[in-house]
Amino acid sequence: MGDTMDEMERTILEYVAKEYLEEDDDREVTVDTPLISGGIVDSFSMVSLKCFLEKKYGIQIPDADASADAFDTVSSICALVRRFRPN
Amino acid sequence: MAFSQAARDWYHREIAGIRDAGLYKEERFIHSLQDADIEVEFPAGASPARVINLCANNYLGLSSHPEVIAAAHEGLDHRGYGLSSVRFICGTQDIHRELERKLTAFLGTEDTLLFPSCMDANAGVFEAVLNEQDVMIADRLVHASIVDGMRLCKAMQDTYKHADMGHLEEKLVEHQDKRFRLIITDGVFSMDGDLAPLDQIVALAEKHNAMVFVDDSHASGYIGKTGRGTHEHFGVLGKIDIITTTLGKALGGASGGCVSGRAELVEMCRQRARPYLFSNTVAPVIVSGALKVLELISASTERRDKLEENTRYWRNLLTDAGFDIKKGSSSIVPVMLYNAKLAQDVARDLFVEGIYVIGFFFPVVAKGQARIRTQLSAAHDKHHLDRAIAAFIKVGKKYDILGKTKAEVIATYGN
Repeated sequence: MGDTMDEMERTILEYVAKEYLEEDDDREVTVDTPLISGGIVDSFSMVSLKCFLEKKYGIQIPDADASADAFDTVSSICALVRRFRPN
Repeated sequence: MAFSQAARDWYHREIAGIRDAGLYKEERFIHSLQDADIEVEFPAGASPARVINLCANNYLGLSSHPEVIAAAHEGLDHRGYGLSSVRFICGTQDIHRELERKLTAFLGTEDTLLFPSCMDANAGVFEAVLNEQDVMIADRLVHASIVDGMRLCKAMQDTYKHADMGHLEEKLVEHQDKRFRLIITDGVFSMDGDLAPLDQIVALAEKHNAMVFVDDSHASGYIGKTGRGTHEHFGVLGKIDIITTTLGKALGGASGGCVSGRAELVEMCRQRARPYLFSNTVAPVIVSGALKVLELISASTERRDKLEENTRYWRNLLTDAGFDIKKGSSSIVPVMLYNAKLAQDVARDLFVEGIYVIGFFFPVVAKGQARIRTQLSAAHDKHHLDRAIAAFIKVGKKYDILGKTKAEVIATYGN
């Protein structure tokens, strides 16, 4: 997986690890790790991630699209960002 | 028929799903006044059992205090049962404003506005004082009512790791482009019982030009040397811009809440907070009881001092017995069990032993952090706590958790 990870996946993975894991948390987070259903990110703290994505990629994600499903893995988050990012 | 069979079936499936997930909540009928000893009918239909209550927010033991009850009776006789109005039409009596003035003096703020509950205060306050030019930066473990209130507000939302001052500072720096920054935290966190470091939070707020909001519902009345709250404990009286709190816990336990703080912010709530504008005034009987509560706790710190001693005693009993508890100084003492089923089994067995506690697990607390939350009261005497620890030890031995580390408990029961 590491070989195929693109820049956006790497950036978001780094953010998730820094933003949501405690220093003593040794859970491995990959692009397919369930973040919300796995209990790493909850629906409330998810706002930080949405805020980061909007600033970093210059997009606005409507609340209706910022669903727990769409934010559940780094892969699905990347797909969401690509939908809203201008070409 | 609008409520079709298909709709009924859907709701049945949804409720079954709640049951299957182990999240179904059942009320237990109490046949007595709220106190240290109560009579509980559980399961429904069983003969009421007399048990020691270790799960009430009755921190000062004032919920059934005879002087509070007498004052409430007097309020009922002289100001009536209801006012049939919101505050700004014909729902404000002299005693409402008197209670607001007394809460202002007690909390050390500039002004106060009553709400039907603290849930309503939190639902209304953010939208009333902030707009899309601002940002709200909240501790991730704040109460659900704050989360809901933030969602109703147009200001940007952000969060910081629980009580992590470095992370909070990063966020304050990041959001310097906003007009107003509001740091949002509980004073005492309801599930962990720890205190927000308000001295450090206020210092960061001053350094980075931010306002501070504290929900002190689990602190008002007993935290701090004279019980004024978490801000008194940390020596920052007068430096919190917005405090919300409840009359439904230590301060008599009935209902009602308030927004207290900077005069201009309270005035904005009076003009714009929707739960204040569009729900009924607090009933006179509640206001009268709350006035008596403030009189009692302003005259003497005896009850909060007894609670402090009870808390110290109970924390020591649990620690000496080998239970894994969350460290802290508040009267919320979580006994950590990590596994959701274990927490429910231990709570059920304790009830059989005459101790009323509740197991909490995901999603109320984080995954793998299941616990029994015990709460102390000034209504408890030493004999209550001695009987309670004997039951805890008996049940603890049954499940072989005494003296076990977190890793050992998880190795046996999973998380």
